[in-house]
Amino acid sequence: MSQSSEPPINEKTLIEVKNLKKYFPVKSGILQRIRGWVKAVDDVSFVIEEGETLGLVGESGCGKTTLGRTMLRLVESTAGKVFFRGLNIFELSPQELKSMRRNLQIIFQDPYSSLDPSLAIGEQITEGLRIHSIGDREERREVLKELLHHVGLEDYHAKRYPHEFSGGQRQRIGIARALALRPVFIVCDEPVSALDVSIQAQILNLLKDLQRDFNLTYLFIAHNMGAIEHISDRVAVMYLGKIVELAPRDQLFKNPFHPYTQALMSAIPSADHHRHKQRIILAGDVPSPLDPPSGCRFHPRCPAAFKPCPIEEPPLKEISPGHWVACWLME
Amino acid sequence: MAEITKSQLSGLTEPIWRIRLRLLRRSFIENWRLFREYPIGMIGLGIIAVFGLMAVAHPILMEYVWEPRVYDPVIGYDISILAHPSQPSSTHILGTDPLGRDVLSQLLYGTRFGFSLGISAALVSVIVSTSIGALSAYYGGIVDVFFMRLADVVIMLPFIAILIVLSALIEFNGLSLALVYGILVGFGGQTIVIKSQALSIKVKPYIEAARAAGGSDGHIIFTHLIPNLMPLSFLYMMFTVTGAVFAEAALSFFGLLNIRMSWGIMINTAQAAGYLLAGPEYLHLMLPAGLAITMLCSSFYMVGRALDEVVNPRLRQR
Repeated sequence: MSQSSEPPINEKTLIEVKNLKKYFPVKSGILQRIRGWVKAVDDVSFVIEEGETLGLVGESGCGKTTLGRTMLRLVESTAGKVFFRGLNIFELSPQELKSMRRNLQIIFQDPYSSLDPSLAIGEQITEGLRIHSIGDREERREVLKELLHHVGLEDYHAKRYPHEFSGGQRQRIGIARALALRPVFIVCDEPVSALDVSIQAQILNLLKDLQRDFNLTYLFIAHNMGAIEHISDRVAVMYLGKIVELAPRDQLFKNPFHPYTQALMSAIPSADHHRHKQRIILAGDVPSPLDPPSGCRFHPRCPAAFKPCPIEEPPLKEISPGHWVACWLME
Repeated sequence: MAEITKSQLSGLTEPIWRIRLRLLRRSFIENWRLFREYPIGMIGLGIIAVFGLMAVAHPILMEYVWEPRVYDPVIGYDISILAHPSQPSSTHILGTDPLGRDVLSQLLYGTRFGFSLGISAALVSVIVSTSIGALSAYYGGIVDVFFMRLADVVIMLPFIAILIVLSALIEFNGLSLALVYGILVGFGGQTIVIKSQALSIKVKPYIEAARAAGGSDGHIIFTHLIPNLMPLSFLYMMFTVTGAVFAEAALSFFGLLNIRMSWGIMINTAQAAGYLLAGPEYLHLMLPAGLAITMLCSSFYMVGRALDEVVNPRLRQR
């Protein structure tokens, strides 16, 4: 990727992702020979500023979750760098990584499997405090109490077990667990997509309130454009392991440039009859990330594809301040 | 109000072992409710309870009721009876064996032995299989390959034949038999089952959350992986008891164990003196011991089956 295509860096930058790649080997046969690579995240670069929420949207299997997990070094990256306040997370020693983890937390999608069924939730929320030997029992109890109140649960919930809670409550517990170490940056990995619509709004508002109270920075992963619009400051659109468009929220929702983003936007259901827009229906399925199309990965499904698309990959370029697009149409 | 809050939050102020204990009790009560619905398990538990009473009864009877010279299971001899083995009578409810010893006393004594052997073998196997299964699932790679291929080899071995060969090299007593049998089972099929369960736990997001919080491998294995494996491990303990009791009986029958008295030895004694197929009047020499082995084995098996229904959500009928 050329130098010009890299987003600018300023002093407000909290996280900087540089040319991040995560390939998964595909093995087959008795000898488990590597037959190919699934390019889940392929050469992705962006920055996240202190205190903002970067929404990350894309369809299933496009690498959103892998990107989030790789950034937190929950899976090892194939190549690239992730800087947290100028410190490369991938180059930390195990000791440094352990203390770095206090700054970086994650909230999971499935509230049912994200809590250990055999531990009381009080224990799970304070697990991080115990791991890092923060405070004595009395202090941890105070912290727990505070955290439970912050996420809208009661003191007496601490002794209960995950199966005694509803999905929304479990997600609150997961949020409290992520908050326990007072992180700076939280990856919210589709935190509302497994919840009822009525609960989704509650959780989104809770996340917003917590962001204000704790000065948090979020990477908010979702496939629900409504949730993204509600919570994000800027939005990145991902397709098949690549970021195709990155823009401030209002800019993206009012004026989507990339044909894929436009198609995503047209799929948002609207209650407003007057705003009824032409629905763009994409032909075909998402191509296999094992063997992505040449050139622009979107070209086989793109309604606007033309000559250069199958030949060369479009770079991510700034078309207006803060609005980055990877598409040959901008030329 | 303040006190209530304090007691409610005491989960975090009390030591970890008390939390674990409470957790154990809680899950026990919950599982007990499920378990009770399976008659097969309750029957098995009832039989185990009867055996438990028998095991406890022996030392008490020896101390207060029975004359040790006459009723000792190994060196007792009733001189008032002219010809041994004798038929069941009021003094010897199950008769005497060819060496003049009381069969009932032997049976009760053997219960204690069978119990302790079965349970210690089960403990050994469960410790081995849970730790090996958890480690090979968690670390994968060469560790996993090694232990899984080892398990394949162990599964292929006929245990009784192996134990017979081993008994030529080491002198087996109850403890060493429990140890060897437990290790054989622990490295075998049980490891594979536990490992596959551990694999499905390993990919749960709560494991990842623990890692994101900075938890070390050891922390994750001991706080999250192994506690979630325990129900399954416990189930397999039941099946090991059955196998160990059976193995003991077989080895005793061949006279390869250096132990004082057991059900297997009782049958061996009858066989060695030529009463094995001597006719129905000598049935009291083998039938009690044979029946006891069958009953104890099947009772643990039945409890295991019912537990399987409890811990295996796919089998649970609801």
